[in-house]
Amino acid sequence: MKTREAPVSVTNACKLCSPLGAVLAFKGIEGAVCILHGSQGCATYIRRYMISHYKEPLDVASSSFSEDAAVFGGAASLMQGLDNLIKQYRPAVIGIATTCLSETIGDDVGRILQDYVKNRGAAKLPALINVSTPAYKGTHADGFLAAAKSAVEALAEKSEKENTLNLFPGMVSPEDIRHLKELLADFGIEYTLFPDYSETMDAGQWGGYKLIPPGGTPVKSLKNTANAALTIEFGISAQNGDSPGKFLEEKFGVKNVNMPLPIGVKATDNFIEKLEEISGATVPDKYLFERGRLIDSYVDAHKYVFGVKAAVFGDEDMVAAMAVFLDEIGMVPSICASGAPAGKLEKYLRSAITDFDGKGITVLEDADFEIIEGAVEKTSPAVMIGSSKGYKISRKLDIPLIRCAFPVHDRIGGARIALAGYTGTQKIFDSIVNSLLEARQDASPVGFSYM
Amino acid sequence: MKKTAEIKPEDAAKELIEAYPVKVGRKRAKQIIINEVGLEEQVPEVMANVRTIPGIITMRGCSYAGCKGVVLGPTRDILQITHGPIGCGFYSWLTRRNQTRPAGMKDPNYMPYAMSTDMQEEQIIFGGEKKLKKAIEEAIDIFHPKAIGIFSTCPVGLIGDDVHAVARDMEEKHPGINIFGFSCEGYKGVSQSAGHHVANNKVFTDVVGLIDTPKQGKYKVNILGEYNIGGDAFEIERIFEKAGITLHSTFSGNSVYEEFASAHTADLNVVMCHRSINYLAEMMEKKYGIPWFKVNFVGAEATAKSLRKIAEYYGDKELKDNVEKVIEEELGEVEAARKDAASRCAGKTAMLFVGGSRAHHYQELFRELGMKTIAAGYEFAHRDDYEGRKVIPSIRVDADSRNIEELKVTQDPERYRDRLTEEDRKRLGDEFKFKNYEGMMPDMDKNTLVIDDLNHHEMEVLIEKYRPDIFCAGVKEKYVVQKYGIPLKQLHSYDYGGPYAGFKGAVNFYHDIDEMLSTKVWSLVKAPWDDSPQLTARYACE
Ligand code: SF4
Ligand code: SF4
Repeated sequence: MKTREAPVSVTNACKLCSPLGAVLAFKGIEGAVCILHGSQGCATYIRRYMISHYKEPLDVASSSFSEDAAVFGGAASLMQGLDNLIKQYRPAVIGIATTCLSETIGDDVGRILQDYVKNRGAAKLPALINVSTPAYKGTHADGFLAAAKSAVEALAEKSEKENTLNLFPGMVSPEDIRHLKELLADFGIEYTLFPDYSETMDAGQWGGYKLIPPGGTPVKSLKNTANAALTIEFGISAQNGDSPGKFLEEKFGVKNVNMPLPIGVKATDNFIEKLEEISGATVPDKYLFERGRLIDSYVDAHKYVFGVKAAVFGDEDMVAAMAVFLDEIGMVPSICASGAPAGKLEKYLRSAITDFDGKGITVLEDADFEIIEGAVEKTSPAVMIGSSKGYKISRKLDIPLIRCAFPVHDRIGGARIALAGYTGTQKIFDSIVNSLLEARQDASPVGFSYM
Repeated sequence: MKKTAEIKPEDAAKELIEAYPVKVGRKRAKQIIINEVGLEEQVPEVMANVRTIPGIITMRGCSYAGCKGVVLGPTRDILQITHGPIGCGFYSWLTRRNQTRPAGMKDPNYMPYAMSTDMQEEQIIFGGEKKLKKAIEEAIDIFHPKAIGIFSTCPVGLIGDDVHAVARDMEEKHPGINIFGFSCEGYKGVSQSAGHHVANNKVFTDVVGLIDTPKQGKYKVNILGEYNIGGDAFEIERIFEKAGITLHSTFSGNSVYEEFASAHTADLNVVMCHRSINYLAEMMEKKYGIPWFKVNFVGAEATAKSLRKIAEYYGDKELKDNVEKVIEEELGEVEAARKDAASRCAGKTAMLFVGGSRAHHYQELFRELGMKTIAAGYEFAHRDDYEGRKVIPSIRVDADSRNIEELKVTQDPERYRDRLTEEDRKRLGDEFKFKNYEGMMPDMDKNTLVIDDLNHHEMEVLIEKYRPDIFCAGVKEKYVVQKYGIPLKQLHSYDYGGPYAGFKGAVNFYHDIDEMLSTKVWSLVKAPWDDSPQLTARYACE
């Protein structure tokens, strides 16, 4: 198989479509349900896909276009869909995202909703948040950010200034969200973390069923984001596009700071320092111990990881932070790949990794798995780090795969992936080292059992 | 809590639609039926294959999913390109657990690949045919396939791309490659079902009949509508081989292009999933003279019955003896496993809401376990799948179905061959029932519930009311049902298990169901310090 020169087609994509991201963001609002405006297939596909990762109920309605609606517009379908959703769920919020179909025919959802509100009476309706998410203009990460921004835009309300923090962590796992909340609480910081799907997408057994799973960022808190003292946003995806933090800065003067996802000692140190500064509190002992243990393990395992090559692939926020972490522990992120459009990842990595050019790092932007496979074949990394979608390459080239990013559909625990903070880093560090040791042990002709 | 037998189905039917606006309730009432089987298998009429109501959480997908995902997805050497934005292709990338087994390392298998034109705004505005052509060139360059299928997603039809014209152009440029397009835009029809029909039509016109060399062997049979989820087709292949039946081609589990192309040379078509592939069976009969009948390889008894029917069709003593021998040999192990599992499962209740044939087929396996199916329904079936093919003449064709082309088929002057002699026909008689599917309802008990296109809301009502011991559906429903403390068996993906077809499959199924029903995990839900009466009632565990 020859490698291709800038193919126009995509073979085994390393990105998903934008309404999926929007659905996840809406699941982070308390009392919300969502509906996709278009054919029902998109809603079904997106649900089934997300469910196979999170292993939780996930209701996503659709305006179920008929062929007529596809030609003449879907206003009536959307209104009927909203009526039925309200009747079944009595939600506090409805998130409405478009799909390629409604975007292609140019349905103006904003207008349709204005008519709808006029017709049904605003007082009787839940808050309606709509976002435009044509998949032909962006990936799931863009859809996530756009929906988060729409929610803030629709709900944020100026009132008294408060000494609170907005934390917008991006597409992280429910487990990481829980850890971030714990951190903020331990520093005594009043905060709004959004979108908070830590309970809605990773719920326990309730002893019965709940139509709308409890949890999520309350609407009241979203309103208050306009009055916060500071916003922290994680991830390079929020850096130069539209982001909720930027919106609040421009409209309400809430200072916005962008930080990388806190994976690794240095990245977590930076974040913790920031929390110290905001709260005026000293770092709780618990975190000092966690940090100490993490560094201790770095020392213990140094000889196993030093100079070892890894291929990282997935969403650019994760890839960016993971690569810097790998560099921190002495590994070489020899392939850093994302399906996100070109422009941010390499630029960021060049700025964040010292002696970037000397380290033999290949950054693949706008990549698919065919391209990634070619690169992996060429550089033979010892481990692959990303989603379940790397399995084909991992199996073919016999390289261990660490599943730590969406989507994970061939293992359990997708919702409990931990990367953030010292404890998250500890977990991913341990898995990387152990998978290297395991590979070495399996390959050993004598089969040592003690190291 | 009431016992199932004490619940009046009329009450349940009423409760199911209580929460709806009047108009919605009226429509749903026609899709929620209390079963009754009269003389000559007469059953009440059920409204099916109608549009899902916006805002209702349906299990259904789109016609692209039915065409690319279901019917063509399981073939390994027709290279499939999704023409559209990235999502549709991504979501249909190996998500159905169809298995395949290339003969050798060198044999092509494109199933692990999801190719897409990844349509961008530029194509939406200026058209995507150019990009599609480029993508086809790239595909040929990398894979050198014999055949390429192009699958249209929603935007394609709206921006006016002509995938058929592109296919023709590209075929002219690459004469050795069969290139064909499917107009399976997601908004066509009301569910996957439309896509099945589109797929059947295209495979029939553009693939079947191209290669006239038959496979070697005796008793050449095609299986239609078996998609090799979890290795089902492998098990059926094993049984066929043991019985001395030559499997000519399977549409489409573990299949290759050449088998499709020469399928018209077989003696017989047997149909597993009636819904997704009856069109092809009908058209092949008209054009090539291949008779078809319905079989079912889900359930040990059903498998035995289907094998006997195939042997009966040939009327050949050698084959009949072989089949009997195989059945006898296989049933020993099956019986032992069945008895063991049934000792724990018998008397328990099941609900099945899935697909277009599985909700019927799997009732067999539950029956073998002594379990009772108290409610069932399909996701995307038509009236004939519920009530039997006898109702086909009375099915109303609505706007959504009219959009899917019905091909005019005539006898092929060279390839048509009557497979049956007058004598055969006389021997088999009317009892034999070619071209027939009696439907799910005649097979179900009186007063059971039959519900078409069950949605989330109704599923919740059903569970609250009946609390079945097991619920069968797909991954979208799984975690909802399990929050109620009721196990859900996925009958699309088998929860990573299988095969469930054939004899070995039956053993697997008994075992898996037994395990799910016997789990003690629910008893942990209630913490020792929690004394809420509701929890105590619900998770009362000895
Ligand atoms: S049409 Fe667009 S929104 Fe729908 S599944 Fe495909 S890519 Fe996603
Ligand atoms: S409904 Fe249309 S756009 Fe959505 S998944 Fe199906 S083909 Fe794609």
